[in-house]
Amino acid sequence: MSTILFVFSRPPHGSINAQEGLDALLMGSAFTTCSVLFVGDGLMQLASGQSTDDLGTKNFSLGFGALKDYGVTRIACSKPDLVARGLNKDDFLIEVESLNAAGMQALIHDHDKVLNF
Amino acid sequence: MNFAIVVHGAPYSSEACLSALKFAKAVLASGHSINRVFFYHDGVHTANNQIAPPQDEAPVSEQWQEFGVGNNIELIACIASCLRRGILDETEADRYEKSGSNLAPGFTISGLGQLIDASINADRVVTFGV
Repeated sequence: MSTILFVFSRPPHGSINAQEGLDALLMGSAFTTCSVLFVGDGLMQLASGQSTDDLGTKNFSLGFGALKDYGVTRIACSKPDLVARGLNKDDFLIEVESLNAAGMQALIHDHDKVLNF
Repeated sequence: MNFAIVVHGAPYSSEACLSALKFAKAVLASGHSINRVFFYHDGVHTANNQIAPPQDEAPVSEQWQEFGVGNNIELIACIASCLRRGILDETEADRYEKSGSNLAPGFTISGLGQLIDASINADRVVTFGV
């Protein structure tokens, strides 16, 4: 069965892309082998301590804690984008592997399909 | 080759919706097939039968309907995205006690599983708009 890589590149708030992307990832992992790669401002989705109380929107970031339980195979982020944003993996809600360009290329190559959000 | 097509952009707000339609037509014209078109995010606005564009602008939603019905290709609008954006078929309008339904003919409201199923079974997935 086809494997699917989800690529998340949008910041968590300001649009619903990130939230609906997570919904799709959770659904995908119920059907087949899925992994996720966070790139660009998508890395901000993983920041711990997010609060949407003042935004009036749903704090969907809590859903990332379920990725392991849903059997999401690999959870990865772009190392250059991590560095560029002054983040480190300790800032994240969940454990994430950081990949250089070659690592990201290999991850994409290892999957049959890529869905971008 | 069998394609799954995913549309994330709303008609008139985004070029994605019309680009996807042109691509879909080109896929068939080239002798390939399409297993499903899945409308997600703002793409579900394409399924709104209440859109009334100016006469000198393309009737994008109707063009999609003609394409789907004419070629017997499923046009699926994500139910979660639809409900948030007020795209309702009669069943959902009744369920949520809304005043009316507005799902355009040729479109079907269904779940995200249809996106995953289409992605798994297609040779290629092409997404328009992010």
